Amino acid sequence: MKLRGINWRGAMLAASVALLVGACDLKRAAVLDPKGPIALAERDLLFDAFCVMMIVIVPVIILTLWFAWRYRASNTSAQYAPTWANSVKIDAFVWSIPAIIVIALGVLLWRSTYKLDPYRPIENAGPAIEVQVVAQDWKWLFIYPEQGIAVVNQLAFPAGRPVSLRITSDTVMNSFYVPQLAGQIYAMAGMQTRLQLLADQPGKFVGRNSQYSGGGYSDQHFEVLSLSQGDFDAWVAKAKQAPGRLDAQTYPAQAAKSRAVPITYYSAIEPGLYDQIIAKYRHSGHTHTQNQGQGAGVPARR
Amino acid sequence: MFGKLTIEALPLYSAIAAGGAAVTVGGALLVAIVLTWLKAWKYLWTDWLTSVDHKRIGIMYIVLALIMLLRGFVDAIMMRAQQAMALNAGGYLPPEHFDQIFSSHGTIMIFFMAMPFMTGLINLIMPLQIGTRDVAFPWLNAVSLWLSAAGAALVMVSLVIGKFSTAGWTGYPPYSGIEYNPGVGVDYWIWAILISGVGSTMSGINFVVTILKRRAPGMTLMRMTPFTWTALCASVLMAFAFPAITVACGLLALDRLAGMHFFTNAHGGNMMNYANLFWIWGHPEVYILILPAFGIFSEVVATFSRKRLFGYESLVYATAAIAILSFTVWLHHFFTMGSSANVNAFFGVTTMIIAVPTGVKVFNWLLTMYRGRIDFHPSMMWSIGFIVTFVIGGMTGVLLAIPPADFLMHNTTFLVAHFHNMIIPGVLFGYLAGYMFWFPKAFGFELNRGWGLASFWCWLIGFYLAFMPLYLLGLKGMPRRMETYNDPTWQPYLMVAALGAVVVLCGIASMVIQIYVSIRDRKLTEDRTGDPFDGRTLEWSTSSPPPPYNFAVIPTVGDREPFLEAKKNGTAYRRPASYAPIRIPSNTPAGVILGGFAFVLGFAIVWHIWWLVIVSAIVMFITVIARSSDDNAEFTLSAGEVKRMEDERFRQLGSRA
Repeated sequence: MKLRGINWRGAMLAASVALLVGACDLKRAAVLDPKGPIALAERDLLFDAFCVMMIVIVPVIILTLWFAWRYRASNTSAQYAPTWANSVKIDAFVWSIPAIIVIALGVLLWRSTYKLDPYRPIENAGPAIEVQVVAQDWKWLFIYPEQGIAVVNQLAFPAGRPVSLRITSDTVMNSFYVPQLAGQIYAMAGMQTRLQLLADQPGKFVGRNSQYSGGGYSDQHFEVLSLSQGDFDAWVAKAKQAPGRLDAQTYPAQAAKSRAVPITYYSAIEPGLYDQIIAKYRHSGHTHTQNQGQGAGVPARR
Repeated sequence: MFGKLTIEALPLYSAIAAGGAAVTVGGALLVAIVLTWLKAWKYLWTDWLTSVDHKRIGIMYIVLALIMLLRGFVDAIMMRAQQAMALNAGGYLPPEHFDQIFSSHGTIMIFFMAMPFMTGLINLIMPLQIGTRDVAFPWLNAVSLWLSAAGAALVMVSLVIGKFSTAGWTGYPPYSGIEYNPGVGVDYWIWAILISGVGSTMSGINFVVTILKRRAPGMTLMRMTPFTWTALCASVLMAFAFPAITVACGLLALDRLAGMHFFTNAHGGNMMNYANLFWIWGHPEVYILILPAFGIFSEVVATFSRKRLFGYESLVYATAAIAILSFTVWLHHFFTMGSSANVNAFFGVTTMIIAVPTGVKVFNWLLTMYRGRIDFHPSMMWSIGFIVTFVIGGMTGVLLAIPPADFLMHNTTFLVAHFHNMIIPGVLFGYLAGYMFWFPKAFGFELNRGWGLASFWCWLIGFYLAFMPLYLLGLKGMPRRMETYNDPTWQPYLMVAALGAVVVLCGIASMVIQIYVSIRDRKLTEDRTGDPFDGRTLEWSTSSPPPPYNFAVIPTVGDREPFLEAKKNGTAYRRPASYAPIRIPSNTPAGVILGGFAFVLGFAIVWHIWWLVIVSAIVMFITVIARSSDDNAEFTLSAGEVKRMEDERFRQLGSRA
């Protein structure tokens, strides 16, 4: 089976192997392999919508190729109707099919958007652990107000327990992104956004900034650790041993521009540090009306 | 004297940057030398640069677009090469060079490739299709062209003097603010867009007035060609949407130059206002680009299927519906900014609704092919390739329209793959179909088919190779715009994507060869009738290239496909009883002067050379006043002159057998 010196059988074998390897690799793709209920629900939504749309996409592709071939100019046996250009029945059909699909997807969209609102606490999973997240150039600072510790570039929490994140930025706009657990939300200076996540099992995941933020952006990833309760307690205890403290004096040096920063623990934090980071962008000029509802732009407790 | 401009601005900090500058300067010098050698400067100036003829302006727009396509593609293949080798801080680009490249790639492809290509095709064809002699405001048209060229020139100059923005083509503050980006890059970006954006707004107004007021007698709105309909809707969008980006960039410029705080982090500024303003323009912009491409596909599919367009009314209503809905979806570009579920759900649903009229259009093209006699001209191949590929992009678009799904995939390469999946098969394939379809109308000979088909296949295969891996990488959680990465499982996909870019390069090379071969063989493919493809609409009823006045006698229209009808009735090519004198707008250097000084103005602001800002503003003002008070802006072509030109046309027609 050789044609012009190319070994087609070999080439096809190689292509199939490549596809197979690719398929196995994709099974572990972050978005397709969620490790918590939020990311799982988001991924299922993706699959549902994908399948619904295949109802129309696949026939359209097949019909296009088939019509192009069947009605090629050289095929004079095919029917030719040069002036046929109207049909009320077909018009009704081509408007209603996409409309029905969009209505179905619209219902799915509407319900899921409320259910998976990133501000909405995870229900029926016990009390959440609170973590305050600060995007910096070019790293992530995680403050644990209950434990009184802070960590750079590592987010740890007990598996099976909801994590409630309050997110802000001490620099340009960033996007806090953990594809296997929660998706993403922007981090913006002087403002707070929220995200909820939960990991079913202990595990290690990757988190990133997905909004370009300057030179160190490519290295601005962090480790996400889902631990058993015992391991988490040990992790907290280890952080408590760290020499560094984070307060109004030491914070500016910590927040200064730096790249590919290793995981760093702070054994103590000044209470209200997170609120101060938000407030420093708001002390002058006009302040917005504050309500405690949802939506970006709502500042943290003051 | 020179503001912030010093010798430091030359790109001598890296070999790659210096190389880019050298290629740019060298290319410009080469063109200048060739023009001098051909002694073509005078011809270029009197017949082209000062022209206000819509056809010549259209051709110059398309030339600008093709040049910028090359530049934008060089950016693209450099990015693909960098990412293919960038595992663990690998790659060949110096730090932060990658960031300039992705910023200039997006800026160029949207503002200086797609926009001029679209404006050029509308300019070239729309007046012919509605049976008029020019656009409503010919001089304004020239001003629009030269403002676009001024913006493109600013982007090109940033390669040689200073650096370009690293803030991406969207230029989100506060990153693009003076605090985080004190250099000139963002200023280059702002002024390139401001200057060309004014041109686009005026083009939009010009086209709307032309289509509404200058149609031939008998051409009711519902007899207009699908391309004219889409041009009308796109022009309305241009007139309404472009002011939004002009304001957004203007406010950002005030933040940067005048110490204001519209979008800064502190002092009451808010970056979210910028995101809203930008995308209130940005989403309609997508439809500004794609609606005319839809119009081209409609014409091409009907012509090469030798069949009437199926469901004309449906198509017109779908176009109008898309145009209106395009203003209601902008928030889907930032579902992840923390809006409430109410807001996100609303914009998600409006986004999905647009899929309905778009789906209708796809069915209409399909049913136009049904029971046709399909000629696989390259333009038709672009159209078939478009339908098959575009529905995939539409599907991924609907996925991203679901806010919780968008949380997973926003800002990843999945998003990058999605919008390239719309813009390349949708917009660019459409324009290239139009380019190969109407080329004989503009120049009087056809483009070589073989190289056109080669170009199509390379573009199509290259597209799939380049962007399908990016979809998968998005699913693997790879954010966009990464100069380096540490996940080794990403690299094979990025290598395939780079291979795709190489295949696209072959497609572009085929286009260049096609131009060369077609010019070489122009005698063989000469279009003596003006109607090489058995056309249906008025642009094919005049000669190729059309005379300066387009139609010696303005046609009277009684059908949606007036020229096909005339050919059937035997009324086509009928010599009129007599000719009347025709008023034609005179050429003027005012447009090119205005564009030239707009460029100087932009450059001077970027480098804070304030005296030059004032001088160029004064020159521009005087130019406008002088041209506006010129009472001899038109000349008359006598009836005898018209008759002489028409006799020549009929002599050619007679010799076609």
